[in-house]
Amino acid sequence: MNWFLRFFTSSIGRKLIMSLTGLFLIVFLVIHLIGNLQLLNDDNGLSFNTYAYFMTTNGLIKTVSYGLYLFILLHAFQGILIAKVNKSSRKNRYVSNQGQVANWESRNMAILGILIFAFLLMHMGDFWLKMKMGQLDMVKYDGYDHPVKDLYGRVSIAFNQLWIVAIYVIGQIALYLHLKHGFASAFQTLGWNHPKYTPLIKSVGLVYAILIPLGFALIPLYIYFVK
Amino acid sequence: MKLTLQIWRQNGPQDKGKIENYQVDATEEMSFLEMLDVLNQQLIEEKKDPVAFDHDCREGICGACSMVINGRPHGPQKATTTCQLHMRHFKDGDTIVIEPFRANAFPVVKDLVVDRSAFDRIIQSGGYISVNTGQAPDGNDIPIEKGISATAFDAAACIGCGACVAACPNASAMLFTSAKVSHLALLPQGAVEGERRAQSMVAQMDKEGFGFCSNTGACEIECPKEISISNIARLNRQYLKSSIASSEINE
Amino acid sequence: MKKLDPKVPEGRLADKWTDYKGTMNLVAPNNKRNIEVIVVGTGLAGASAAATLGELGYKVKVFTFHDSPRRAHSIAAQGGINAAKNYQNDGDSIYRLFYDTIKGGDYRSREANVHRLAEVSANIIDQCVAQGVPFAREYGGLLANRSFGGVQVSRTFYARGQTGQQLLIGAYQALSRQVATGQVELHTRHEMLDLVLEEGKARGIITRNLVTGEIERHAAHCVVLGTGGYGNVFYLSTNAMGCNVTAAWRAVKKGALMANPCYTQIHPTCIPVSGSYQSKLTLMSESLRNDGRVWVPKKKSDVEAIRNGSLKAKDIAEEDRDYYLERRYPAFGNLVPRDVASRAAKQACDSGHGVNKTGLAVFLDFASAIQRYGKSEAFKHGITDPDQETILKYGEQVVEQKYGNLFEMYEKITGDDPYKTPMKIYPAVHYTMGGLWVDYNLETNVPGLFAIGECNFSDHGANRLGASALMQGLADGYFVLPYTIGQFLSHEIRVPKLKNDSPAFLEAEKAVVERIDGIFAVNGNKSVESFHRELGLIMWEYCGMSRNAEGLKKAQKLIQDLRAEFHRDVFIPGDKNEYNPELEKALRVADFMELGEVMVLDALNREESAGGHFREEYQTAEGEAMRNDEDFTHVAAWEWNEESGPIRHVEELQFENVELKVRSYK
Repeated sequence: MNWFLRFFTSSIGRKLIMSLTGLFLIVFLVIHLIGNLQLLNDDNGLSFNTYAYFMTTNGLIKTVSYGLYLFILLHAFQGILIAKVNKSSRKNRYVSNQGQVANWESRNMAILGILIFAFLLMHMGDFWLKMKMGQLDMVKYDGYDHPVKDLYGRVSIAFNQLWIVAIYVIGQIALYLHLKHGFASAFQTLGWNHPKYTPLIKSVGLVYAILIPLGFALIPLYIYFVK
Repeated sequence: MKLTLQIWRQNGPQDKGKIENYQVDATEEMSFLEMLDVLNQQLIEEKKDPVAFDHDCREGICGACSMVINGRPHGPQKATTTCQLHMRHFKDGDTIVIEPFRANAFPVVKDLVVDRSAFDRIIQSGGYISVNTGQAPDGNDIPIEKGISATAFDAAACIGCGACVAACPNASAMLFTSAKVSHLALLPQGAVEGERRAQSMVAQMDKEGFGFCSNTGACEIECPKEISISNIARLNRQYLKSSIASSEINE
Repeated sequence: MKKLDPKVPEGRLADKWTDYKGTMNLVAPNNKRNIEVIVVGTGLAGASAAATLGELGYKVKVFTFHDSPRRAHSIAAQGGINAAKNYQNDGDSIYRLFYDTIKGGDYRSREANVHRLAEVSANIIDQCVAQGVPFAREYGGLLANRSFGGVQVSRTFYARGQTGQQLLIGAYQALSRQVATGQVELHTRHEMLDLVLEEGKARGIITRNLVTGEIERHAAHCVVLGTGGYGNVFYLSTNAMGCNVTAAWRAVKKGALMANPCYTQIHPTCIPVSGSYQSKLTLMSESLRNDGRVWVPKKKSDVEAIRNGSLKAKDIAEEDRDYYLERRYPAFGNLVPRDVASRAAKQACDSGHGVNKTGLAVFLDFASAIQRYGKSEAFKHGITDPDQETILKYGEQVVEQKYGNLFEMYEKITGDDPYKTPMKIYPAVHYTMGGLWVDYNLETNVPGLFAIGECNFSDHGANRLGASALMQGLADGYFVLPYTIGQFLSHEIRVPKLKNDSPAFLEAEKAVVERIDGIFAVNGNKSVESFHRELGLIMWEYCGMSRNAEGLKKAQKLIQDLRAEFHRDVFIPGDKNEYNPELEKALRVADFMELGEVMVLDALNREESAGGHFREEYQTAEGEAMRNDEDFTHVAAWEWNEESGPIRHVEELQFENVELKVRSYK
């Protein structure tokens, strides 16, 4: 086995995969949120739809997005495999369960991950798939030389249904918990731990874990309740 | 005080094992193990099999005692081994659940006694500095910064009891392994073979069947010697560095 | 009675070891490969010896009854390790360490051995630093020292309050390295139950696998015992629960001699016994006596009030307190050596001044230290006229810095806060200077059987100085035995690999099985523990801190009766072919009872007071120990003899380099 394989099949190597893909997804979430906040603009979907058009047609973005899909899958499958190993490392469970000292979310990252993944499938089926292959209405905006797909319209329809809004909010709660542990944990796995900057990582992680899911959750809530 | 003890009884590694109930009279001044001594004396007088548990120094340093008390390795007190836990922390009428450390890598020998030789094998795989007796230069030839030496000591304070594994939701041995890697890597004498050590100790740890570290921090909370998870980060760093930028060119 | 030959080499004291090393027989590397050595015990001595012998190329088999070599009780040593490095430039030297050790041992140790110990002490520190032992350091990065045990130089190296742990881990790591190379074969949870002799030479051991109960035969060219001391004969001691004499005692039963078994060190600062369930005693570091003042109330009425809880220690007026160490020993005060401090505490309690319910405790008070430090610290902060609150605040801070971890441990165990109320302490058995008799080569009178560390009768004479046990264990294991073992093994190179199925092995195995079956067959009603407790009480009462002929004779009888009762009424639950701690204990306690008898006999025969052995008949008018150099400047080594009873042999001690003086701390 050469060093590369050995490294990425070792416990620490596999955790590093989780850490690096996790950090990539953390960066992606920021960009994704900034883009999606266009939905809140009161411009009949102009900024959002043109943004969506840009994202689906730009060559560079397209390349990066393939990386993104790969990382999501890698993060998910590696995570599940690790959880399986972890679960089977203690075949005989404790009788007493009153002694759990670690945070709930840190012990249930896999469950949270599965929830998020399920949410993601629904989310992508709803919008991404329709954007890529499905039949969406076309709109033409002034100043643009060609019509674009009206994803904004599709989103508005979806977020006017209460159950979809509810699922989105639940999905974001799961994401919050996942990030609450995952953000700082990614740095610990990378080996970044020092009394001087670790408190900062933890604080930034908490702020991030609150703000990002909150931002995502605001969109359906805003559309449902305000628009 | 009168106590109800729910103790895991398991006659050997193949036995399935089960919880059994016992009543015992204890006093506040007793240590937890002395309370178990009283129970065992009682059982022997009734010609029954006493509860087996590992213990030796009874002053919190040998790392032999190993039970999980009400779901917590070494019981509820912070920075305290089972032998240093005293009954004044319990109340009359309490029910106490006592189990062995549980992990596949720590098979039960009997009752509360487990086999922790996996830890020895991890140390054997590289947890040392390769120096033969008589080869050493003068003790003061290599000055070591006081702070560095203190950090190395904090890691070296590990007593190898295995509470970290018992506490970890994944039964991971990262705190134990990283404490040894850190202790030695921080000192100039040990840094020399730091890369090899990190590689071989992690490989052995993986082989023993411990789970992966998911940074829950439970180990740090339960460690009777308060070993920090910053050691785990240090091991991660060492391992990463030795994997991708190893000074050994072979391979 | 035979005269024992210590085989001390000729020459000047300071040159003996160097010259001897330079001329002793060596075993060539190609022969080492074929020579097997058994090491029993993995404490400082055993682990360091096994590792070093492995490095040298011998094939080593090492045994411990623990689940891991790292659990050995060397791990619990707190204070430090002495070495004549003179890093502090305060006039220390090999000779001074040698002299202090001889004097501290009350002139009952062998000059040449002690000098060698002092010589190699410096190498130990170097070796341990190279292994990664995190000794305390100064800001400049160099090693720190402290003064310990009342000596006049700072020669003690330390690693916080866990020096023993760090040194043991160093040795354990060195051992682990050899295990990984295959040079050393490690057997954990194996207890040695007999020694096997062939043609008079030690050639192997019989062990019990403590997990499966299997009896095993292990053969080798020689056997090394590093199995520690026998303090647990007193049941309550600062030793770990598992510490036992069985390995050494089985050697005695095969012809080895037990030397000076009556020399027992009683440590003055331990947490007192709190009840009959008590399983062990916890040591509080000797360093506490640097700042703590020992006292008891003068008035019996105050003692009563303290015991029934109606009066608190701090409410007793200064003039009603008896600071008895300061009163009796004005020159050394609270810092008198361990044996003196312990005896004084016993005398205070015997006269009815003990301050807890059992009447067996004295106060160790930090109030004046807190006041003193508080005032000077307040002054440093610019407060020239501090109030009581400020003084206490600063004073407690200083005391916490110095003894914080000890105070915490005390509070954990007793539930009392020693910052607010004085600690209660009482002496407890701590270390045994006696052990298997060995010559200069650390070889017992049985050829091929070596004893190292606390297991041998060692270099401490009748009393051991603080921070010297770790030094001796590592000296023996790293730097002495690996050389001297060659003196024996160089004659064994033609001996082919030893077989473990010779008649001698089979016979020894059979005897062990019979011993185990016999103990099960008793099937009586009393637990092993209860016998052990009784034995401990007898030993403590009659062969503890002070002894007299009448008591010792009584003890002899009591022990014999107890032994008989043991073999009539002991009950062992469970089965021999399984993990059975009660069986392990039973075998150990049976040996302790025989040892106890020899200890009493030795104490009875040593008609003088020396170090840890205090005979009430031999004291000055002021109650101080009185040696009898004319008749007892010798080592008494006991041979076990079932028919005639134990036989006393003697090794005369020659003092050519130091003058025998009376130890005075007045």
